[in-house]
This record gives sequence, C-alpha cells and structure tokens, in this order.
Amino acid sequence: MEIVRIIPCLDVSKGRVVKGVNFEGLRDAGDPVELAKYYDLQGADEIVFLDISASHEGRQTMVDLVSKCADEVFIPLTVGGGVNSVDGARALLRAGADKVSLNTAAISNPELISEMMTEFGSQCVVVAIDAKQDQDGNYFVYTHGGRNKTNLDAFSWAEEVVSRGAGELLVTSMDRDGTKEGFDLPLTRGIAERINVPVIASGGVGSIEDFLVGALESKATGLLAASVFHYGEFSVGEVKQALLASGVHTRVGR
Amino acid sequence: MIAAFLRRREFCSGLLRIHTLWVVGVIAVIDYGIGNLRSAYKALVAVGADTKLIDDPRDLGHPDGIVIPGVGAFGAALNAFRSRGFEDKVRGLIEGGTPTLGICVGMQMLYESSSESKDSVGLGILDGKVERLSEGVRLPQMQWNRLEMTKFGSSALFEDVAEGSWVYFVHSYAAPVGANTTASCEYGGEFSAAVGVGNLFGVQFHPEKSSVVGLKILANFSKYCGSTSLTTGGSLWR
Repeated sequence: MEIVRIIPCLDVSKGRVVKGVNFEGLRDAGDPVELAKYYDLQGADEIVFLDISASHEGRQTMVDLVSKCADEVFIPLTVGGGVNSVDGARALLRAGADKVSLNTAAISNPELISEMMTEFGSQCVVVAIDAKQDQDGNYFVYTHGGRNKTNLDAFSWAEEVVSRGAGELLVTSMDRDGTKEGFDLPLTRGIAERINVPVIASGGVGSIEDFLVGALESKATGLLAASVFHYGEFSVGEVKQALLASGVHTRVGR
Repeated sequence: MIAAFLRRREFCSGLLRIHTLWVVGVIAVIDYGIGNLRSAYKALVAVGADTKLIDDPRDLGHPDGIVIPGVGAFGAALNAFRSRGFEDKVRGLIEGGTPTLGICVGMQMLYESSSESKDSVGLGILDGKVERLSEGVRLPQMQWNRLEMTKFGSSALFEDVAEGSWVYFVHSYAAPVGANTTASCEYGGEFSAAVGVGNLFGVQFHPEKSSVVGLKILANFSKYCGSTSLTTGGSLWR
C-alpha cells in the first residue's frame, strides 16, 4: 500500500538553512546537518536540500554539505538547485545524495532528464515544478527560483517530464509557498492524477490540519514543509501521530 | 533513540574501534561506478565495520564480507559490474563462502534475469527472475514500508529487528517470494524484501537509508562476517 512520507525541506544559501515567504525575504534557520539529524530523530522520512543560491561556488558548498550530512544521517537525501549536467548530478550522488532534483535545467535542456535516467536510473531523477496560477486559472511553470515565467502549462509539463524518465515530481505552489494557507490541492491533485510516479506536494503548510488534508485529498504521497518545522511550530512526530489517528498509513518512530 | 545513539558512540570510540577491527573483519563495498554507492560505505563505517570501498577487483583480496550496493537499471548495473571486471572474482568469493550482501539492484543482479532488461543475463547465483511490481500502484515504490519476517523463520540479518519494522524502498522490480525469502513486503502484491541462502544475503530495501533499523541490519551483517571469519576461517557455503 502507499505510505505517506513527511519531508522537511532545507533551503540552503551559503551553507545555512534559510526560509522566506513567496520565495522572498529570507531568514536564517540554522545549520543544515544539525537540522537534518534533528529531523531524522523526529522520524522524518526523507530530507530535501535545495541550494537556493545556485551559484558555481554554491554547488561545491552543496557537495561538501551533502557529504557531511551523509556521514551522519541515514535517511534518503534529495538535493537540488542549479544542477545542470550529468557530471553535476554525479558529484552530488557520489557525495551521498540519493536523488537529484532538476528544475530550470530540465526546461532549458529536457534531454538532461533522459540522460540522467540512463546514467543513474529514474529513481534518482526528481523534477521540481514551481507553478503559479494566472488570473484565468491556468498554472504556469516558473524557473530560476520562481523569477522567470515560462509558457509551459504545469500539467502538460508534468506529463512530459515523466515520459522523459523522471521518477518523482516535487510540485511547489508559488502562490502558497510560505503563506500557511495549506497545499494547493487542485495543482497537486491535477498533476498526481495525470502521472503514475510519486508526487511530493510543497508550499503552504501552516498547520497539522494542512498535512491531514494533503494526505487525504492531494493524491501526493510525499508532503513537504519547511518553516513550520524549522521554527518548531510542531514536530514531524506530531504530524505523523495525527496522520495515523486519521487512518493515514505512515511510518511512526524510526 | 538514546540507546541507539550511545551504541554508535561506542562503535566510534578508540578502544572499541580496535576491538571491532579484528572481530568484525574487513568488509569490501564493491564500487562499480554507478549512483550513490558511497552511502552504503558510510553506513557500514557508522556501525563500526572496517570497510573498504573497492573499485578494482585486483584490490579485493579475501575480505571477510562483501557488500554489493546498487541503484539504477538491472542491465546498466550488470554492464558496469562486468566492465570493471568484478564478475569472476566476486562470484568466486561468494561460491567460496565469503558472506555477501546485495542491496537493491545489487541483490537483483544475483538472479538469472529481470523483466527490466530483457537482453541482460544476471549472475545466476540465485535461481529465478526479477519481475516488475504490479501496475496497480504508483511506480517506483519510493517509500518506507514494513517487513514481514517471522513467517519465513529467522535470519542472521534480522537479529533484534522487530516484525513490522519500517525500511526504505526505491524500486519498480523485485524478486517473487520463494524458498530463499527471509522477509517479504506488500506493495501491489507480495515480493521478497530479503533473501538468504548460506552466507549469501540480499535485501531489496536500502538499509543504508533506513535510519536506526537499517543500521542495525548492517551491524548484524558485519557481526556475521566477523563471527564466520573467527570460527571457520571463511568458507561457510551451505
């Protein structure tokens, strides 16, 4: 049976975890390795590291960071942000990442998805989709950390990246990111219903209730959040207990 | 949780490190160049095993244990394994009784074939064929899931691992349940989560990514490698 995963996301800039609202206004939220260990202790199912500076120096910082994290944290690590080549992905995987997430590079060079699938297997290839709804209700894909709008429809793009070999999608609602209004259900469900690989829902969690709604209604099997965990509003363990109490299948303890 | 933390501290402390060096023996992690093989190495180091990452079969020697990690497609993994020249040496060590643990695709490669890569021939050390998981579920299975063990009897890998323990899976193919199965898991049907015959072990899940449960399983494997080298000098193929 499908088991719901709770996934803390660590947005990393210059080696520190930061978090903002609607992709802007960043605040410092701690040391990435310490936070990852802390979330493992709480029973987190996976950790996502996103390098939001995504500069050349930033990438080497990420390789070192992933290596340090993989020395001490023995749950799956997904790493993304600025990865634009098979070699760049290999460096992260060799450092201890289990999955590499592509975003901007998947759009500028869609061949990279299939190249990575051939080289590492589709289970290694996560495509991150940052989507924002326009006035007419259409969801468009954004690149460069949400700065640039494309004319790609989020739902068609999801189907295309899966056909090219993506093994998982990380779907972020830019409208909801950091707002604590809950997951964007039409976006996540719309994508999850069109494809047959796992989907991680991201953006908007403000309460344990939001996780419950996400687990029961989004059709995503991964639920990602950042600030609610970083600022200690509730723990991963508390989310898991609440899910279990509502009959959602999820791992409790570690 | 605190007990697990203390255990890891003990493994890492200087005196016990010396102790484990000759009780556990050397475990060779086969590095055939694909994916995140280093994770298995790091997890074995964390449980105190004297671990060597081996990327050239000439450096393999006579380890007390072998770990064959694996990610990616069956055919690609086998090609990489063979093109680096590992097949004859590793097969010889396995058949000579060196305790060996295949992880995920590293376990699948031990079978005769897989429906994932129809043109590829497996190592054929284990009988049977790896099959695609049911189409009725989202693939790959990329999640934690529970082990059912007790109905298959006991395995050295699962000493002090509770029935129903959670471990992490990432795969779309698996071996069916058979005579060698030591643990099963349910995802669109039942499949072999772990197999064992003699000194050869395979796990479909990733112990190196399964937190304290996975580390316990790797510690059990390294303990098994140490005890076999002390009691029999190596050859325990039964």
